Parts: sequence; structure tokens; C-alpha cells
Amino acid sequence: MAKRRYKGLTLQFVSHREIARLDSVERIKKLLKIVLDNKVIILQGRLSAGEESRLIEDTMVMIGNVKGFKGVELAVITGDEEGSSVWDKFKSGLARALVGQQDAVTIIGPASIVKEMKKDPTKLELVMN
Amino acid sequence: MAIKILRDFTKRMFGIFFRQKEEISLGFYGPPNAGKTSLANKICKDWTGDEIGKVSKMAHETRTVQFKEEVEIKYKDKSLKFKLVDTPGIATKIDYEDFMKGGKKNKMKKKQAQSRAKEATQGIIEAIKWLDDVDAVVVVLDATENPYSQVNITILGNLVARDIPVLVVANKVDLRKADIKKVESAFPDYEVVGISAKYGKNMDEFYESVFRLAKKA
Repeated sequence: MAKRRYKGLTLQFVSHREIARLDSVERIKKLLKIVLDNKVIILQGRLSAGEESRLIEDTMVMIGNVKGFKGVELAVITGDEEGSSVWDKFKSGLARALVGQQDAVTIIGPASIVKEMKKDPTKLELVMN
Repeated sequence: MAIKILRDFTKRMFGIFFRQKEEISLGFYGPPNAGKTSLANKICKDWTGDEIGKVSKMAHETRTVQFKEEVEIKYKDKSLKFKLVDTPGIATKIDYEDFMKGGKKNKMKKKQAQSRAKEATQGIIEAIKWLDDVDAVVVVLDATENPYSQVNITILGNLVARDIPVLVVANKVDLRKADIKKVESAFPDYEVVGISAKYGKNMDEFYESVFRLAKKA
């Protein structure tokens, strides 16, 4: 069996504070810039639903316009709320409304590097290309 | 939960004073190859005799939004008119080389594959834009695949943010690998109906759920 050459992998941590002051457009621009540098982003918190769809739209525009770019792999891990009480859900909902969903982690990687993100409720597996 | 009950109650109260829309725009969303067009075709065939679009085993066969207007669905003694909006499968990546790997029948040359990939990316953008123009959505998932993919979560998140009522369909239940329980546990806040659009399995339960969904629209 032929040995695969290990090219290395860069993970870039982006804190919530780093993107909190940016508007949605700037936020997505910043994240896609990192992805275009062939780095895998570990983002503290998560994007809003609208931002996630905007990220997909912008990614689609870039495929075909940026040489070698095939898109992104994306996954969000959140605190497990299954079984938590109404009061706990209310508290976490209030906290999210005030400071954003910081108890989540978002992983975004270029599809040329990350082949697949296999997610189930308790674990996330990154399959590399 | 309390907000949801209050929202549904408000909608029902409004429904008493304002007549329900004459035609409900029903979107079909989901990842590629989940069977959105197969399901839309089955509905169209059942109630109009026509089909809405071509079906293929290859992903991204549907690359533009397809419509079928004035589809009148009857259930028990009621009937409702729908505009069916079949959308291209939403994905976060598209590699033209994947289109070059198809079997003998589907294999494409590089230029053709690149052109198809471009169409597929445009189709995804169009599908997302259409989220603003549907009254209710059927999210079609392949019951043999892992339901926890971020695309599914992103689609549902966007529908919730837009306050669009959702029905989750676990398609391909005729296949041995299908796991409807997994789909149900992945999306406990939504009604999930297991069907086989290809073989027309469990369509009565599906139509019943569509009528419930239409009430919320």
C-alpha cells in the first residue's frame, strides 16, 4: 500500500469576542478568508441560522470562481439540552439572547482538506482527505 | 414550547377572522438525493396525473427550482390547493470531479462536469432565496443517512427563524438501512413521517400530516 504524504493541518481558533463586533457580512467574510487559507476553523459559539445560510450562499458563489475551492464542511456541537427542564431551557435561552450562543463550538473546514464531518449527538468525527 | 403554543394559538385566532390562503406554497427542501423530486412527482401524479421533474440516482439532478401550481389535494372530506415548489438539494460543497465518477450512463467529461457543478451551485443559492416565498415546508431526508448533518440543521434553523411551519419526511423507508427512529430522535420538536416516495408507501399518513401542516401556514 502506498504511503500518503502528510502535509500538515492548521487549526485556527476564533473566539466569540473576535467576531462579536462584526456584522454578519464581515463575520462570514472573515471566516471564509481563513478557510481559503486552507485552515480549519474552531469557532467559539455558533452563527445564526441566517448567517449559516449566507455562508452556504457565499461558498457557492466562490466555487468555480476560486481555483481549487470545492466548498466547506461545517458542523456545530452544542450543549445537550435533551432532558433538561423548562426552567433550564429558559435560562440558557436568556443567556443566548444576551451574549450569544457561546456554549457551542462550530467547526468549518475547506472541503479540499476535510472530506466529511460525521456527527452524532455526542461526538464529531473529522474525516480528512 | 410555551412560545410555540402561543404562536399557534395566535395563528388559529387569526385564521378565524381571515380566510385561509387560496393556494398554499409548499416547499420541498433537503439535502441532495433525499428524494424531494420523487415525492413532489408522487404528489403531482396522485392529484394531477403529471410529474414535476426528472429523477436520477446522481446528486444535483434538480438544479433549478421547479413548480407545479394548483395541485388540489383531497383528504377525507376536505380539499386544499397547493403550489408545489421543488428545490435543488442544499449542500455546503460541490466538486465537479464527482460528476465525472458516475457510472457509464452518467459519466461526464470535464467541461460538462464543471458546467453541471456551476448549475448546482446556482441552484443552491436559488433554493435558499426561495425560503422567503414559501408558506410551509416539507423537509425531505434520506432515512438511510445520518440525520445529524449540519445542512439539515441549517435548513430547519432557517425555517424556524422565518416562522415557517415544517413537516419532516424520512424517505426511503423501503430500504433495509432506513432508520426512522434516528430521524425522530434527531428532530424531536418536529412531526416526522416515514414514507417511500418511490413505492408510494405511507402516503395516506403523509397527506394527513400535510393537512395539519397547512393549517399552521
